[in-house]
Amino acid sequence: MLDQNTFDLRKYIQGNGQSMGVWIALVVMIVFGALRYDNFAGAYNISSFLNYNSMFIAIALGMCFVIMTGGIDLSVGSVVAFTSVCVAYLSPYGIQVALPGGILAGMAIGALNAFFVIAMRIPPFIATLATMLGAKGGALVISGRQTISVDWTSNFTKFGMNNVGGILPWSIIVVAILAVALWIVLEKTSIGRTVEAIGGGEDATKMMGLPVNRAKAFVYILSGGCAGLAGVILASGFGAGQPLEGVGWELSAIASVVVGGTLLTGGLGSVPATVAGALLLGLVFNILNFENGRGVISFSAYWQMVIRGLFLFVVILLQSRVSRVGAKQGA
Amino acid sequence: MQPLLRMQGINKSFAGVAALTSAELEIAPGEVHAVIGQNGAGKSTLIKILTGVYRKDSGDITFEDAPWNALSPREAQDNGIATIYQELSLVPLRSVTENVIMGYEPRTKLGLIDWKAAHRRTREILSDFGIDIDVTQPLGSFSTAIQQLTAIARAVSLNSRLVIMDEPTSSLDDREVETLFGVVRGLKAKGVSVIYISHFLDELFHICDRATIMRDGQTVAVREIAESTKLGLIADMLGRDPEEISAAGMTDLGGGTHERGELLLEATNLHTDRNLRDVSVSIHKGEIVGLGGLLGSGRTEAARAIFAMDKLRGGAVATHANPAGFKDPAEAIRSGIGFLTEDRKAEGIVPEMSVRENMTLALMPRLVRNGAIDRAKEEEIVKKFVEALGIKLASIEQPIRELSGGNQQKVLLARWLALEPDLLILDEPTRGVDVGAKFEIQSIIQEYVEKGVGVLLISSEFEELVEGADRIIVLQDGKSVSELHNPGITEESLIGAIAQSHDASPDGTQDGAAA
Amino acid sequence: MAGFDAKTLTKHGGLIALAVLLLINIAITPNFLQMQTLFVNISQVATIAIVAVGMTLVIATAGIDLSVGAVMAVAGALAPLIFLSDFAQAYPTLGLAASIIVPILVALLCGLFNGVLVAYLGVQPIIATLIFFISGRGIAQVLTNGNLQTFTHPGFSYLGTGKILGLPFQGWLVLLIAIVFWYIVNRTMYGRRILAVGGNENAARLTGTPVRRVKTGVYVISAGLSGIAGLIVVAINSASDAARIGNLMELDAIASAVVGGTLLMGGKAPIFGAVLGAVIIQLVKYTLLANGVADEVALIAKAGIIVLAVYVQQGRKE
Repeated sequence: MLDQNTFDLRKYIQGNGQSMGVWIALVVMIVFGALRYDNFAGAYNISSFLNYNSMFIAIALGMCFVIMTGGIDLSVGSVVAFTSVCVAYLSPYGIQVALPGGILAGMAIGALNAFFVIAMRIPPFIATLATMLGAKGGALVISGRQTISVDWTSNFTKFGMNNVGGILPWSIIVVAILAVALWIVLEKTSIGRTVEAIGGGEDATKMMGLPVNRAKAFVYILSGGCAGLAGVILASGFGAGQPLEGVGWELSAIASVVVGGTLLTGGLGSVPATVAGALLLGLVFNILNFENGRGVISFSAYWQMVIRGLFLFVVILLQSRVSRVGAKQGA
Repeated sequence: MQPLLRMQGINKSFAGVAALTSAELEIAPGEVHAVIGQNGAGKSTLIKILTGVYRKDSGDITFEDAPWNALSPREAQDNGIATIYQELSLVPLRSVTENVIMGYEPRTKLGLIDWKAAHRRTREILSDFGIDIDVTQPLGSFSTAIQQLTAIARAVSLNSRLVIMDEPTSSLDDREVETLFGVVRGLKAKGVSVIYISHFLDELFHICDRATIMRDGQTVAVREIAESTKLGLIADMLGRDPEEISAAGMTDLGGGTHERGELLLEATNLHTDRNLRDVSVSIHKGEIVGLGGLLGSGRTEAARAIFAMDKLRGGAVATHANPAGFKDPAEAIRSGIGFLTEDRKAEGIVPEMSVRENMTLALMPRLVRNGAIDRAKEEEIVKKFVEALGIKLASIEQPIRELSGGNQQKVLLARWLALEPDLLILDEPTRGVDVGAKFEIQSIIQEYVEKGVGVLLISSEFEELVEGADRIIVLQDGKSVSELHNPGITEESLIGAIAQSHDASPDGTQDGAAA
Repeated sequence: MAGFDAKTLTKHGGLIALAVLLLINIAITPNFLQMQTLFVNISQVATIAIVAVGMTLVIATAGIDLSVGAVMAVAGALAPLIFLSDFAQAYPTLGLAASIIVPILVALLCGLFNGVLVAYLGVQPIIATLIFFISGRGIAQVLTNGNLQTFTHPGFSYLGTGKILGLPFQGWLVLLIAIVFWYIVNRTMYGRRILAVGGNENAARLTGTPVRRVKTGVYVISAGLSGIAGLIVVAINSASDAARIGNLMELDAIASAVVGGTLLMGGKAPIFGAVLGAVIIQLVKYTLLANGVADEVALIAKAGIIVLAVYVQQGRKE
């Protein structure tokens, strides 16, 4: 006895709906770009595109896990800025110290979020809004409001600037490994299943005896760690710790996650589709840059924020219907 | 024989209000044991203490001769007590397999979830229940019955020694109920004990060995089912003398004595979703029309559709003033209809608001003068109803959440009475209120009906319907299937009509009391 | 903590905090007891308080409005564009009126957008208002091309520097706004409906409350008040910098509302509490800055206050 709504839901979950759309949109945009612009498919554009967007993929991955539990992490942008400053100070010791150091710094802030949300039971958006503020303050304090130049003599900047085979930046390789690992965690381990179950119904998940608090702590710490990784990439790719960077990045991450088909209300999500979502958002900007270069249109940098908002708006419009069906089913 | 489980002297209170007062429960190995009682008797609290959802304030629990103190449902499960809760404790967005094996997944050598084995095991478990479905699909895409049986399958698959079933049949059809009973008997044969909580007393006589009866947070009796009668169990639950019940009847509503006035509202072939498919009902001035049927038969859904809470997919609602029905509850209210919801907490009270503000919520448009609320008039009306309905409170500015259930219900009733309505829809008006308040509420309703108000009454208590209603529309699977008229309706004839309607044709309305 | 103490503390926590802050300042802050200090604090607290009143109404419906700061930026960027335009130079009075009315109207439209997303499309308030939270400031920067607009315009500057009876104009404006919204919340049907929607949305709908319109309304009000606040900021500074107007205002406003006793799950709208909350937040900021603590440390302190206030509130719920 399936009525219309359940059919929609079923289709949606099977991935015939939106997440398929992401992949199609991605392919269409790549083909469009390659045909329209000469240097679009060139090694330079590809590697710099991947290098820059590896940061957004990283924070989107963490955000994806948080959103699947029905939470949100608004602190990621500030955490990126904070860790970029931290690792700038660590850069003389080389990437082998700075990379884990940066990730740990991010995880520490993630742990703070987890503490606020789980132990103090503060709503996720308030808790992470506070750490957003705190991390921003922290970044300014330790940097003395200055951009902190990294040590160019160590191997630190190689991580963010060098490529493998002239086309694959190290940053994207690390992020790709992270993505695959998280994909396995989500699909094949009980902590991953618990994450999705929490978003589908926290009380029910508790009743089933699953470790709800552990899974929630996991996602916030993970998200902090992902932002930490992005901070390392930022500092090493641009040669400086930047306390004022990262403004609005949480929006990019949320938009990527949502366009990848993850329900904002939690319970359903996909790692590959989130990566695709982040790439799609990056491609939008990449293509706009090329258009700017052609002189057809002229977008100032300020348009970036407007476009991010617009992008999120469109995605929300597409999803609002589906998530209401989901909510109805979940009730 | 040593009991499997013994709970003694269990006390528990919430925010100073006692929910359990030295409650007791004893379960023998391989026994199917019913726990029954009115709403609010403390059954759920007792069970939740057993499964680690709540902590007891004091008391002793022993399970398999060892002290039991589960701190979480997970711990309870791991130690042999599995629970199927009333509110489905499942995750509808996830697959059937995940819902069955979550927390106990088979692993590959690498420690990752072995989905192949998981699906296979789930299929095996479900096939024991005679269910053959695609277990990779999200649970939410299946019927409620399948979801319910999945929950049971999960509990059974955990090799529990005690399985707790809280209202397991409330959304199952006859065949599925038989399947469930088969499962329960199978468990019993394996030496597994079952705690069976149900409002459907008939079921107890089919599968239970003993029953513990609770009232007002206390254990009042333990009965051998084979030696009990339904009337006796009801008497225990209500704390009354069985003979008094059968002699006098139990409600204060005087059914069948009203003059039927002009037609107030006519609803025909209401259809919203699968819970409400084809219900027709008409209400006249000065009569009480009952909606009879089991849980899930579409009673509340019909009321919501009439009140324009849910959108109609088919059928029509018509009143004299609004021949085309209502577009939203506001319009229904304007044309003189009130709707007392069954779910006081979720849809009735606004907990942080005062009694005054709660009572005048629906009346507000009529209290506005020059853009502001006329406070003097508001207080006058509130005070009038507090007195007329005997609402016990410290002050009308007291937050409504501080009132007892019965007094909250009276405030909500007053919310609608203050509108001087033509028609009142009352969904479980006396649920979860104490006996005294119950009689008072019933006599208030009575008083208004005599003044010419029409009432659509929904009640899970057959007595309330049988003795209160002038007519009863019997619902089954979201359809109205027959109509009974008072005087002459008895509980047996109502149950008979509900049972019989299983065989009735969808649109066949049987007239008259089928005794 | 004993029941009595905890209750007293949460009930009068705001006033106690204010008293403590004042005492600390009198003790340690140089030149605290001077009219100048009062003026500075009034002029700075005004914008927080005005936005906090709107935020209080939104939170009372169990929503949240993250876009307030960005809406301030939009309004604040628009105003100088209008009164510096050729049209306004030609018709000064009309130009001044337009430079106040048009930005507020645009702000109201932003609020309508938020409200429709939340009330009619069922988008969670955090996400819906996140759109403007980011892109609103972008729009403001696109409008001004990221330039700092400085101006001398005595008429417009009155919003930020004018005085009535010796006290700053915007202080009086806060008082007026607070009284108006206190009246709306406590004496009108719309106010009662805001509280009902936040207190129990289902019950509100069942009693005939037009839930969607009520919800849309609070976002419109919140945005309108943000617009006014944006104008004041620009008037105070005689300059408009789209990147800075209202930056992080959402946090100040949420913090003020929560410190003032607004429940995050809705159903309560203590307007004067929110004003008190704003005063406390401002005083904390002032205390730190006046005693030589860096701006960024003040940020961290503010984050701490928010977490603490919400935590205390959670405790009260139980």
